[in-house]
Amino acid sequence: MAKQVAIDGKGVHYTPLNQQIRKAVADGADEIVISNILGQRFIGDGLRGNVTIQLYGVPGGDLAMFMSGPTIIVHGNAEHAPGNTMDAGKVVIHGNAGDAVAHSMRGGKVFVRGDIGYRGGIHMKQYEDHYPILVVGGTAQAYLGESLAGGLLLVLGLNGPVQAREIGSGIHGGEIIIRGDVDDACLATGATKVPLTEEDRMRIAPVIREFADDFGLDPEPLTGAKYTRIVPASARPFVGKYTWE
Amino acid sequence: MTIGSLPSRYRISIDPVRCMECERCIENCPYGVFRRDGDRILVNSRNCTACHRCIACCPRDAISLEEHPCDYRSHPIWTREAREAIYNQARTGRIILAGMGNALDYPVIFDRLVLDACQVTNPSLDPLREPIELRTHIGKKLAKLDLRRRENGDIELRTALTPNLRVETPIMIGHMSYGAISLNAQMAMARAAKETGTFMGTGEGGLHSALYPYQDRMIVQVASGRFGVNIDYLERGAAIEIKIGQGAKPGIGGHLPGEKVCEEVSRTRMIPLGSDAISPAPHHDIYSIEDLAQLVRALKEATEWKKPVFVKIAAVHNVAAIAAGIARSPADAVVIDGFRGGTGAAPRVFRDHVGIPIEAAVASVDKKLRDQGIRNEVSVIASGGIRGSADVAKTIALGADAVYIGTAALVAMGCRVCGNCYRGLCPWGIATQRPDLVQRLNPDAASEQVANLIRAWTLELAELLGAAGINSIESLRGNRDRLRGYMLDESLMQVLDVRQVGA
Repeated sequence: MAKQVAIDGKGVHYTPLNQQIRKAVADGADEIVISNILGQRFIGDGLRGNVTIQLYGVPGGDLAMFMSGPTIIVHGNAEHAPGNTMDAGKVVIHGNAGDAVAHSMRGGKVFVRGDIGYRGGIHMKQYEDHYPILVVGGTAQAYLGESLAGGLLLVLGLNGPVQAREIGSGIHGGEIIIRGDVDDACLATGATKVPLTEEDRMRIAPVIREFADDFGLDPEPLTGAKYTRIVPASARPFVGKYTWE
Repeated sequence: MTIGSLPSRYRISIDPVRCMECERCIENCPYGVFRRDGDRILVNSRNCTACHRCIACCPRDAISLEEHPCDYRSHPIWTREAREAIYNQARTGRIILAGMGNALDYPVIFDRLVLDACQVTNPSLDPLREPIELRTHIGKKLAKLDLRRRENGDIELRTALTPNLRVETPIMIGHMSYGAISLNAQMAMARAAKETGTFMGTGEGGLHSALYPYQDRMIVQVASGRFGVNIDYLERGAAIEIKIGQGAKPGIGGHLPGEKVCEEVSRTRMIPLGSDAISPAPHHDIYSIEDLAQLVRALKEATEWKKPVFVKIAAVHNVAAIAAGIARSPADAVVIDGFRGGTGAAPRVFRDHVGIPIEAAVASVDKKLRDQGIRNEVSVIASGGIRGSADVAKTIALGADAVYIGTAALVAMGCRVCGNCYRGLCPWGIATQRPDLVQRLNPDAASEQVANLIRAWTLELAELLGAAGINSIESLRGNRDRLRGYMLDESLMQVLDVRQVGA
């Protein structure tokens, strides 16, 4: 039988809170339900394991930073940089999230039902079986996918068209896929639009289904929709900038 | 023809009487200076970088090297370097990349500072007979301790202690990443650090599994690219260092070209084989001093507050105020890298023109922290152009707790400071990933040499301390009275807080 642990987060500083989480994981908890979260940073920071954490409230910045394995489900909004430098695991946010969501994420998934702030998916990178995926249900602000080096950044625009400026500024790997059309003027230097192939569509369909499943949405209108795929114009933006002494 | 060919930088000559055509020079030169033609060895001096590999391996001392065999018309402003940079950029329209540290002829403040010794009125100490304490602790020193006596008479320490690093000598090895340098070079330095009771930095290249046996002597770096960083890496290190800036290129990021990302480098940095590793100029989660404190806390929280966290910044104009901000975060040490700090590759304009000397930076940081009553909150580690034990002693007297050496450790492994590190062809097996070149560096022999260097400097430090009648490195720290300025101007002496010789 799944072992569930309940923690009341009311007024608890993040360090003792994380200590309680670590202890519950060490004691073999399968699910940890934390209530009354209000602004505590670093929840799940560096946490390992297969546990699922249900967070009720609004966690502070750097949620799931350096996390490697667990699933965190936020029943509320999140602050800046959830999934910062995350290695594996999953963060599901039933609300909006702040700036630099999934910053430098190397693996795992961050799903945001609502909107995200500026510089979403910044410098995500991939390596062998580490393949980070950020899916945003709503829209994103400017510098989406800045310095992107790997992984998949998918924006579904469920609350209206995505009008972020400077998309893919400094992108040198990975891909940004946005539902609907994206105006050329919204792309930053170094980013380029390419058609979404059937193969691409097949590849993103399971991700869309998983996202829809997590949030109780109907995936079919999304899997068949029109998407814009944005990739680096060059994998080596610095070639041609330097000469030897 | 517009610019035409420029004078050769070096001229290599082979003395035909001494040469026995053994071809060691041909085998050893990766730049292609030598080739055999019939019964002679021919030379193409234009390919030479003055790495001295051929000279070091010639059994007959047949090879000689001359710098600048062909002069330009001499001119105090339009130097050879100025003219050649223009020719280069006129041809390419690009940024000039250069290796090693600052190559401009700025005055060296270290060489305008002299140390003190005892005569008559206070006796000097003999390190042979009397212990000279060179061990130091890097980390926060608590301002006060809360001690209570329990009912049974035991003393209870109520203050939570913060972790410190115990260093047996104030000489540590700075951050040079796997990728910028070879695994053999890192292995050699890691072994030397373990043997001499000091620490070395990983740089932003991850921690290769071959270095795990030395992990308790490694300071793992977290830089803006977050390469190789995961929870496993953070937990392995003895301490964690956030790299904000580097003395050789303050204000800009780093860029490891895909050519250097071989399979092992790829695995260690956790990036795809052959891909460019681009470290952005800022950390994307740091846009203020408060954000920096948050990253410090994030790293401490991830490692359950067991690891000291350092913050490394380049020495720039406002270094003292920045360091004071860092000291108010939970960071345990601030590393200051002066404008002479080395690098595998940096835009020349940054290497030579951006930043300030370490001597002035350390003195002003130490003074600012003392003025604000927070000097105990952080240790100060200084780096960038430390060439010998005298520089170490002077840096500590100016207020540092310890130093990082970089170039000096590479020189101990054979580096000739040719400055072509960015080409990835280092004939000494240091700044290269080419397997045939890497295997030239024997980690056993090289580690002994680096350890010897640290031991020798440590012995010299003990002698210098003893001569000054000081029996502990702690008593030299910030001890400006043991320094005098020689031919320094008054305003600089005010910054350094030292008096004139004779005063």
